[in-house]
Amino acid sequence: MIQVFKSINFDWLGRRRLFIGISVFLMLAGLGSAMFRQLKNPDGAFNLGVDFKGGTVVTTKFNRPTTAEAIRETLARQGLADATIQGVTDRSDTFLIKLPLEGAAGEQSQTEVELGRKRVRDALNTIGPEREAYEILGTEAVGAVAGAQLRNKAIAVTLAALVGMLVYIAFRFEWTYGAAAVIAVFHDVLVTLGFFSIFQWEVSLTVIAALLTLVGASVNDTIVVFDRVRENRRLHRRDSLYKITNDSINQTLSRTVITQGLIILSVLAMVIFGGDVLRGFSLALLIGTIVGTYSSIAVASPIMVWWEQRIEAANKAAALGAAPVTTRSPRAGSSKVKAEPLSARAEKHPRGAV
Amino acid sequence: MKKKNLLQRAIIIAVVTLLGIYIVIGPRRKPRLSDFTWSGIKATLASNIRLGLDLKGGSHLVMRVKTDEFLKKLTEGNALAIQPAARDAGYSPNDVKWEATSGNYKILLEAADPSKFGEIEEAVKKKVDLTDWTSSNSGNTITWTLTPTAQRALAEQATEQAKRIIESRLDAVGVAEPLVQRHGALSSHQILVQMPGIQDPERVKELLKGESRLELVHVVSPPSPASAQTYATKEEAEASLGGTVPNNRRVLEYAERTEPTTAGQPAPATDKPKQWVVVEWPPVVDGSELRNASATQSQGGSSDYQIAFSFKPTGAEKFGTWTGANINQYMGVVLNNEVKSIAFIKSQIFDQGEISGRFTKDSADDLALTLRSGALPAPIEYQEERTVGPSLGADSIRSGVRASVFGLLFVVLFMLFYYRGSGVNAVVALLLNMILMLAALIVFGATLTLPGIAGMILTIGMAVDSNVLIFERIREELLTGKTIPSAVEQGFQRAIVTIIDTHVTTIISSLFLFVFGTGPLRGFAVTLVLGLVINLFSAVYVSRTIFMWQLGRKRRLETLSI
Repeated sequence: MIQVFKSINFDWLGRRRLFIGISVFLMLAGLGSAMFRQLKNPDGAFNLGVDFKGGTVVTTKFNRPTTAEAIRETLARQGLADATIQGVTDRSDTFLIKLPLEGAAGEQSQTEVELGRKRVRDALNTIGPEREAYEILGTEAVGAVAGAQLRNKAIAVTLAALVGMLVYIAFRFEWTYGAAAVIAVFHDVLVTLGFFSIFQWEVSLTVIAALLTLVGASVNDTIVVFDRVRENRRLHRRDSLYKITNDSINQTLSRTVITQGLIILSVLAMVIFGGDVLRGFSLALLIGTIVGTYSSIAVASPIMVWWEQRIEAANKAAALGAAPVTTRSPRAGSSKVKAEPLSARAEKHPRGAV
Repeated sequence: MKKKNLLQRAIIIAVVTLLGIYIVIGPRRKPRLSDFTWSGIKATLASNIRLGLDLKGGSHLVMRVKTDEFLKKLTEGNALAIQPAARDAGYSPNDVKWEATSGNYKILLEAADPSKFGEIEEAVKKKVDLTDWTSSNSGNTITWTLTPTAQRALAEQATEQAKRIIESRLDAVGVAEPLVQRHGALSSHQILVQMPGIQDPERVKELLKGESRLELVHVVSPPSPASAQTYATKEEAEASLGGTVPNNRRVLEYAERTEPTTAGQPAPATDKPKQWVVVEWPPVVDGSELRNASATQSQGGSSDYQIAFSFKPTGAEKFGTWTGANINQYMGVVLNNEVKSIAFIKSQIFDQGEISGRFTKDSADDLALTLRSGALPAPIEYQEERTVGPSLGADSIRSGVRASVFGLLFVVLFMLFYYRGSGVNAVVALLLNMILMLAALIVFGATLTLPGIAGMILTIGMAVDSNVLIFERIREELLTGKTIPSAVEQGFQRAIVTIIDTHVTTIISSLFLFVFGTGPLRGFAVTLVLGLVINLFSAVYVSRTIFMWQLGRKRRLETLSI
């Protein structure tokens, strides 16, 4: 049989400082970009789409060859100087004409939603009649109120989904496992959003759907490792958690590489063949899956081990002081309640050094 | 025993598979031979799967009913009715005031004698519907307040009423298969309208938005034969009332003989400068008393249209009494707060009237339609508008399908290459998953949207993951020196724990998306949840059965192709 890895034995947890360094760097880069852009322009942290910011997008196909620059000039002559024109990558004759919302929220939002399409059409009629010179393929217009609503809802739904998963993992494993998985997912979302801020890719509702997917997929990947840890703890009661976690990562590594590799490749197919409508979605998914795969090994596992070791140490100290203070619920496997001697390997890394 | 078990499993799988295939490509009528040709299958597939607007093309509108304006109007109307009601009962209140700001709706009645408050309240209650209001007394005022609960209930009623009116208007104008439903939280008072196939919703939008508030009022003017009293500016009109407009008077614009702006046409320049008139308030009758309205051509060969209307018996009685008592007085027809025409009353009229003005056929038809469907309880505003042309939708289908096919193809090739014989097993499970997912979409009547296709692609990934988990585990068990049957057994048993955990977490997050999410988020969640549930069947049950069958064929299997 063909194997990706033949009995690999890599000390993942030993590299945790490097991993945490990379993660912190990626998060800081995204955060830095968002803050820097926010300072330059009060709405600039992300390139928010009409879904969240409000405004009008008119997808227009031109029947005579034209350029974004020419369209911009035509619109500017008709008083639409604030329009942005964006070409569609897979079709040279189709352009997205974007109009921002005018003024503040409130009554303005209504007129904007109703007028955006009409204003673009009026302006385009100066180059020739509709259907002959150009065709409107689709429009999207969102008022400020609806935009804010969609944005708040998306954030609320994401957080609710995270809490839901935390509860489930806490129920199936230990709450430390759940917390570690959720922290890793948070990390994934932050890093992915960071990329969207750095490259100013548009954040639309579908990008939020992608973020939610990656939340699911990343937890998924973490659970595969944790499931193995849980099983190995039962089978090898003598081994330290440090060794068990390393072994579990190594044992599941070929599955991780195959599955995540296949997911990444099919998402790549989406990026390449999925067209412009799906682009934001597939880009978010692509980055998210890569980061998610990395984080279950490099973020979730070290955090879980560090946390569990701290609790064990605390329990041990309590036991030595003959004061049975903390008893943990022995839900997933009672073996970990008994404080086991840390292995030699683990001893070299003082507890809580992660 | 084992054989029987296998047979049972095989039968279940065969039945489910055939059923799934028939649901997806079978017609919903008695099948004909032509249904099983390639083009026949394509046609039935297209009619079986309900496509979302983003794939099929159409318009998607989200509107908000301005319920605060409804409550404001209600407060005002009741306040205006309370004063005459109290006076008719023989009490003379000093003043009736009202407050109507967002969240605060009050009517205040001042009377000199607090001891009569109980009687006044009783008298007022008989004439004015104040069931939703709570009254309280302090000093020399009676206060009726709308509690937050009552406000919510009334706003909800107004939204539901607006929804019904919108439905009937869509129906009347002939939009095919429209979807009208409440959108977002109930307290947001939003209505979602989806109209498949409509690419340019301008006319429908105007039609739905038309408030069509019709009121017949008494114009304050010396009686005929003197001409009706009009004013050149609003200020002049207000000056005639002594500078402030009392509660029972209104100053309204009088746009004589101009066309109302409808249906995408800009209003033509008015032939006469705008004028203002003073009218008595409340109106004599309003649009709620209408029985019918229709567009008719003006007499005298003109190409102009007008709207003829008639009243219900109750309205006709009110109108008849009033016209009988006001011969030679001027009456105004007010549409959406604008006086459309003024005429003096020649004789008593009961149930007929007309709105003249220079209407085109289309605008007169639209106006008559909205008048018939009833006035919206409150104005609406559009908050979201999305239109997708059919070519854009077809494009999206193409690229979505292309991406799925490439993804699937890639996965299939890899599985066959990497897991050899067992790879076939995984591929069968994958294909079955796709078929059953489509079947489930059809059975539940769910709509396939572009994000839904993305959800399907993701399901492919998750489905492969299950197989990889199982196969890798079987390999591991084989490496520890177990026999093939026990390695397969152990592999499934161990992997299933992980598979269930991963599926449940993803289903949990998708359920949140489905329940609380909107539009694209929901479409995505639907296919993902369906796909994952089906995957538990296809990747675990079916795959297991195929292994059982392979193991059962030969007594002693020497090697397993994995």
